[in-house]
Amino acid sequence: MPVLTYRDALNHALREEMERDPDVFLMGEEVGVYQGAYKVSRGLLQQFGDRRVIDTPIAELGFAGIGVGAAMVGLRPVIEFMTWNFALLAIDEVVNSAAKMLYMSGGQIPIPIVFRGPGGAALQLGAQHSQAFESWLANVPGLKVVAPATPYDAKGLLKSAIRDDNPVIFLEGEMLYNNKGEIPEGEYTVPLGLADVKRAGTDVTIVCHSKTVATAEKAARQLAGEHGLEAEVVDLRTIRPLDTETLLASVRKTNRCVIVEEGWPFCGVGAQVVDEIQRHAFDDLDAPVERVTGADVPMPYNKLLERAAKPSVDAVIGAARRAAYVD
Amino acid sequence: MSAVKDAAPPVGARAKLDASRRALYHDLLRQMLHVRYFEEKAGEAYAQGKIGGFCHLYIGQEAVAVGSLAALRPDDYVFAGYREHAHALVRGTTSRAVMAELFGKATGCSKGKGGSMHLFDAARNFLGGHAIVGSHIPLAAGAAFASKYRGTDQVSVCYFGEAAANIGAFHETLNMAALWRLPGIFICENNRYGMGTALERASVVYDISQRSCSYHMAAETVDGMDVLAMYEATRRAVERARAERLPTLLEARTYRYMGHSMADPIHGHYRTKEELEEQKQRDPIAGLRARLEEDGLLDDAQYAELEKGVHAEVEDAVAFAEQSPEPDPAELYTDVYKA
Ligand SMILES: Cc1ncc(C[n+]2csc(CCOP(=O)(O)OP(=O)(O)O)c2C)c(N)n1
Ligand SMILES: [Mg+2]
Repeated sequence: MPVLTYRDALNHALREEMERDPDVFLMGEEVGVYQGAYKVSRGLLQQFGDRRVIDTPIAELGFAGIGVGAAMVGLRPVIEFMTWNFALLAIDEVVNSAAKMLYMSGGQIPIPIVFRGPGGAALQLGAQHSQAFESWLANVPGLKVVAPATPYDAKGLLKSAIRDDNPVIFLEGEMLYNNKGEIPEGEYTVPLGLADVKRAGTDVTIVCHSKTVATAEKAARQLAGEHGLEAEVVDLRTIRPLDTETLLASVRKTNRCVIVEEGWPFCGVGAQVVDEIQRHAFDDLDAPVERVTGADVPMPYNKLLERAAKPSVDAVIGAARRAAYVD
Repeated sequence: MSAVKDAAPPVGARAKLDASRRALYHDLLRQMLHVRYFEEKAGEAYAQGKIGGFCHLYIGQEAVAVGSLAALRPDDYVFAGYREHAHALVRGTTSRAVMAELFGKATGCSKGKGGSMHLFDAARNFLGGHAIVGSHIPLAAGAAFASKYRGTDQVSVCYFGEAAANIGAFHETLNMAALWRLPGIFICENNRYGMGTALERASVVYDISQRSCSYHMAAETVDGMDVLAMYEATRRAVERARAERLPTLLEARTYRYMGHSMADPIHGHYRTKEELEEQKQRDPIAGLRARLEEDGLLDDAQYAELEKGVHAEVEDAVAFAEQSPEPDPAELYTDVYKA
């Protein structure tokens, strides 16, 4: 099977969907001439022209709204935010317009749009450039929220997101773009709303998504090699709608759970997952559910402080050992 | 600051109305009467507790929606704010469907799930009904973008208040609309106030149309109490949009007679009764009626006939709204996602 980077997997998804459907277009800052701030849109301007690959001024609110308006009349925009930090300027159009239109029009006006771009922290970018907003966005009915971890999932999920008739928030990761993975030849999609068991195990479930999938997998290997614990790694892939079925099936099997996410702990994605587990699998639990999150602070610049603020492999191992009552 | 006090037009020489357009004039007059009576009835129903939430009436501003919408084609796109009963009605959404929506009934144009501020009628390309000040301005540009993308000659019209011209979305959108030559018509309904804040207390520039200079956009200031002036100015803008793919900023100088919403007093701390009375001298309905009568194109009997027709229609709409069923409780969970 061909091996592609996460970046190129996204690029292929965009290219294929734009070839497939003339109503799909890409709009955002630096997506055209510059080939994308992170080169996700490399070559698309050359292939599709400036009618369908549109460079915008730095006007997140405006171009997000233009995307929603185009979707209101039947086009299928893909709006790229250079990073999700800047999407806060556009949050009105995402939350007040895109997420509400179908409902407040009594079902008349669907919004088939994808808002995509990198979220979360990279390296030493400081407080304003290192934020994971999945729990904010997943709080909003009317939005779907997707955060793929691998090139395979990135391509398959982006294709599904573009074909979906609802506003889909698509969270990528600066630190993921260079990751490589196998991609089958030819057409495939990954459905929205389905979690994926990335590693089977029997002793503890580790729930993760996006960048923390790698953290969880690494922790699982060490848990098996050094601590005698077989962890099952459940990659949510889609935060909303949440695949509670896969999640609960795993917890019912292992009876223990650790949730790891990059975002802040308060009202985080993990808090929602804990709620699902305590309501539906309370009797299956042998230990309190553990959470590993980003530190509850703005991201510091200093390298050591930043490292301490991010969810680490060691923290996941510690949490898994506590859940398994090893310590 | 040029705080232009829009006064009653000077009496004196003016061109005679074109007798061959009598049917158009009568229709414009009828539509203004329709909107006004609809709004009066909505106000009554609100006072009786039959309409809830925020309800913003359009009384005084009728010429803006009626005159400008008359210049559009059915396949053009229309976006409005929350003071939009008129725009929906003039666009052709039935009085029944609009009134029922205000009553929150299942038969409303948004199935009772939108309310006064969220009227939608996709079949007529009436695309809302938006209650975040200014946030529909980019949406309208998005529809204009779509017609350019598809190579059609549909134009997209957006109505917003003068207070919305201070919002970032207004400026971001005008820039992109001009830069990308989008067929958008941005109609600012300058009724002098955003809630209780007079324009001159919120903006150093009183002439909103001047804001177009920053974006090299065509602009016009129009007497928004003159339905024929609104019609002609919009026709020019439509022509510019269809033929040249150029956007226009139209500033309509108008005035609202009622409070900001039904929850607010008609006058109070921010404007005087005298000002209101003075502005009523510019009344768009009385103005058109007088001109038509002067030029021998309308008589009292014809006027009474027009009034009678709209009264019957609106009263039927109120009865229909009252008798319509509440939405099924299961509707709570429908239309959140498109299957
Ligand atoms: C972004 C935003 N801020 C504040 C409000 C509350 N609000 C509703 S209407 C309004 C005044 C708007 O005035 P204008 O744009 O002139 O329109 P008008 O009501 O005069 O038709 C305000 C402040 C809002 N709906 N949205
Ligand atoms: Mg105003």
